[in-house]
Amino acid sequence: MLKNSLTEILYILIGIVCFYTVYKTLKDKNHPSKIGTALFWGILGVIFTFSRIGLVWGNKDIFINDTLVGYMVLVLAALSAFKLVKFNKFDESSSEFKKKMSGVIGNKIFVPALVLAVVAFMVAQFWTKQLGSLVALGISAVLALVCAFAITKGKTSEMAEDTRRLLEMVGPMSMLPQILAALGSVFAAAGVGTVIADGIKFVIPQGNILFGVIAYCVGMALFTMIMGNAFAAFAVITAGIGMPFVFTQGANPAVASALALTAGYCGTLMTPMAANFNIVPAAILDIKDRKYGVIKYQLPVAIVMLIIHIVLMYVWAF
Amino acid sequence: MIKLIGILIIIVGLAIKLDTIAVVVIAGVVTGLVSGMPFNEIVTTLGKAFVTNRYMTIFIISLPVIGLLERYGLRERAAYLIGKIKSATVGRLTSLYLIIRTVAAIFGLRLGGHVQFIRPLILPMAQGAAENRYGKMDDEDVEAVKGLEGAVENYGNFFGQNGFVAAGGVLLIVGVLKEQKIVLEAIDVAKASIPIAIIILIVGALQFLYFDRKFDKKYKDKISSQSDMSKNV
Repeated sequence: MLKNSLTEILYILIGIVCFYTVYKTLKDKNHPSKIGTALFWGILGVIFTFSRIGLVWGNKDIFINDTLVGYMVLVLAALSAFKLVKFNKFDESSSEFKKKMSGVIGNKIFVPALVLAVVAFMVAQFWTKQLGSLVALGISAVLALVCAFAITKGKTSEMAEDTRRLLEMVGPMSMLPQILAALGSVFAAAGVGTVIADGIKFVIPQGNILFGVIAYCVGMALFTMIMGNAFAAFAVITAGIGMPFVFTQGANPAVASALALTAGYCGTLMTPMAANFNIVPAAILDIKDRKYGVIKYQLPVAIVMLIIHIVLMYVWAF
Repeated sequence: MIKLIGILIIIVGLAIKLDTIAVVVIAGVVTGLVSGMPFNEIVTTLGKAFVTNRYMTIFIISLPVIGLLERYGLRERAAYLIGKIKSATVGRLTSLYLIIRTVAAIFGLRLGGHVQFIRPLILPMAQGAAENRYGKMDDEDVEAVKGLEGAVENYGNFFGQNGFVAAGGVLLIVGVLKEQKIVLEAIDVAKASIPIAIIILIVGALQFLYFDRKFDKKYKDKISSQSDMSKNV
């Protein structure tokens, strides 16, 4: 299958980014946590590159077994828990250089960014069956990069350094979605969704679409407020409420799921638990009321948006 | 009921600011154990899901081009363009930023951020606009302007980002539903996310323009001394 081997090649490219990070970390004499950081990106690189390497040439039998990967994930979590993944300094361009170049290059600088989005959309639109959305993104990323080199006349070494900088700045949090999916998978195997669903059945009648939609949207917002993270809430609430009360009643899955996640974001707007969106900015903008200085203006909009989500899901997904 | 312990672990762990990744993994392992799954089976489930969901981290593939563009002044150029905009009121300026921020998010660009854009660029412009129009404002209103500029960044970011095929949220949706045996294409989720992006433009703009009216009313003596050119709608 062309799609599978191309997708696997994308993962290998991502692995290479991880390995480059390892190389630069080990070469850095003043790195604050050399071994831990190198181990983290190294393991991640191995999982990305080799876990299903055989698929590149269509051989399903060459792979790393899932148990071994699972233990590697535990090591990643431990490295993250003990704060052993750090970054030192990067070779970044100075702000004077950026200012100067932005004047020299002008608005052409936006062209590669547009190529990235438009090509990804077009390829995904026309060759979904043959290639899928992921390969489409890979193709557009390569084209956009060629375009970016042509316009900026940058060096490959600069590109490599910048890629590593962006990845390391996100750090271990870059694998949060993957970890949450893994959590969802364990929850599913353990039957957590069923427990929540059984609890909810006492409150709302099953078979009523409107109540199901309300429970899904409000559940997303509330859980996000409690957890401070819509991604985590989505994995739990979709299994517990979304599946039994919305999807099995015939909802359009793309529409209902997309709205459920943004319903969760309405919760993010209302909670001090989402510190990086609501508390840190209050500090950055020098707002006196650190805890609710941003939230109190977001609150009315969040509530209106949540109601719109419920109406939209009820009308559009069914 | 005991199976819900994982959720409790996440809530408590995140509330006391433990490492997110570690909290989530521990929640998974404990949930599996109390549900009677053997340890190795839990680890295998984790590993398998981690491998099949590698695509959630596919955004890394777009980092080389974004990194290169940032090195050569992508943000500075955007800041320059936004800085050229002359807008008379806080509400209009903030609404315009909401549109730019949301559209950029749909294109997968992070042309925003409280640190990179709001503090150095948008907030000073809004404060400048307010000062021009109303003179010195009450403390309460000064804080309101800051709060609104903090909020607009979140509106555009949250409700625009899923319009991009490779957004983390879109890939999360595809992955979570796959675990529930529902197969989705990322592009369909992205398309389904567009209407809510348009709606936030309207709802957000209504809020910002409402504050324009509120300020206009409160400080009407000060405006009347200036030109009527920028009368509000």
